[in-house]
Amino acid sequence: MATHEVTFPIGDEQEILKLRAGDEVVVQGHIIGIRDRTQIRIFDQGVEPPMDLRGAFLLHTAPGVRKLSEGRYEKVCIGTTTSARMVRFTEPLGAQYGVRAICGKGGFPDEAIEPMRKLGMVYFAIVGGAAALETTQIEEIEEVAWEELMPECLWKFRVKDFGPLTVGIDAHGNSLYHDVQTAAQAKLKELYARL
Amino acid sequence: MSIDVTTDLQHAVEDAAAHLYVWALKDIPQDLRDALRAAAARETSVPGRRVLSTILRNVEVADDDGNLVCQDTGIAVYTCRVGERFPLHPARIYEALRDGTARATIEHPLRSNAVHTITRENTGPNVGHRLPIVHWEFVKDWDGLDVKCVPKGSGSENMSFLKMCVPADGVKGIKQFVLESIVGSGGKPCPPGIVGVGIGGTRNADPIVAQLEDGLMGLLNETGIGPMGLGGDVTVLNCHIEHADTHMTLNPVAVNYQCWAARRATAHVAADGTVDFDREA
Repeated sequence: MATHEVTFPIGDEQEILKLRAGDEVVVQGHIIGIRDRTQIRIFDQGVEPPMDLRGAFLLHTAPGVRKLSEGRYEKVCIGTTTSARMVRFTEPLGAQYGVRAICGKGGFPDEAIEPMRKLGMVYFAIVGGAAALETTQIEEIEEVAWEELMPECLWKFRVKDFGPLTVGIDAHGNSLYHDVQTAAQAKLKELYARL
Repeated sequence: MSIDVTTDLQHAVEDAAAHLYVWALKDIPQDLRDALRAAAARETSVPGRRVLSTILRNVEVADDDGNLVCQDTGIAVYTCRVGERFPLHPARIYEALRDGTARATIEHPLRSNAVHTITRENTGPNVGHRLPIVHWEFVKDWDGLDVKCVPKGSGSENMSFLKMCVPADGVKGIKQFVLESIVGSGGKPCPPGIVGVGIGGTRNADPIVAQLEDGLMGLLNETGIGPMGLGGDVTVLNCHIEHADTHMTLNPVAVNYQCWAARRATAHVAADGTVDFDREA
């Protein structure tokens, strides 16, 4: 299991293809915060997002923030939410907007594996609940759009040494979640027999 | 005079609630810190070790920066043990807990999670219809009040399950349902956490039930789900069962998950309004 440093947004697909399920990754550059209502607005209500998502790293978050002035916020506590609820947006995010990475906690179900393979995307697992640490790795909230969806706005964060993340699903059709679940289901049969 | 005492006491309980909610979110108890450290020591999978060392780092950063352990400020859940001679009525205790929760949310500020269950519109600073949630226990021959705040995040709360087994399913049916629930939850409830199993009522000293707790914990850790569902040896830190006697035709089992950040903080309130704060109770 290798360790990588990747800067987002990325231009070169090789940066994604070199990542393998189980690898450790630390992220630099800019990442985009997004959540349920943000994606419902884009895809179910057909509203174009006012930020460029090409090559982007999306984080499943609804940050705790303090308002400074019009459109300016400072971080209070920024953590990550459960991803599985938002799996249906994976394919359109990649196909229509060129998103390359989605980061959250708890993983995506198997329906994300094929679109991620086809579109050259990865899923990064962050440590859920470790928001105090995550907050220190977000240097600044640079932009916010759709403030009326607070806290489920579209956020742009500048990050430094964001991680450690684990590649949960890679762009080659591998998913740690699939592997762990398959092994656990097999193990369950054995455990049931012992009850 | 008695009105003044009661009002002062209500303010003392409100202040305590405001303090407890924020404190619980920032400073997790020693028993949990020990359990996480022990988990990190016995975990053998590479992603699992990475997760647990990040969790331990996060707890330290929260201490150093005075920040919240997790951004999900949850639903504020309180448990109250009220002495029969405590001079503030539970109706006023509830009001104080509600006001303290709202004040902490506004003053800190904390993320406000409370929404109307149908319209999904925010209902206020972590308060709303029947929010916060308070569980009551009444104690005779006592004039004190213990308030424990247990903020409950949604990641783990969403992984709650109920099944009405039939009597013929027996204890085996209960075990199967717990295993199936935790394996099915995978990484979503932020493992390694604490599994609560309800097969009825109140916390038990019953050795038969205690044996089931131990047995289930061993089985759950054999599933290999691991920290954050990335695979490993430590899937749960503990398993607690509450039970009550039931109808001969019923065999109900409910599962509720508590994430690794099992936050809690307690205040002991004396009849004269003196408050002692206690992280470990």
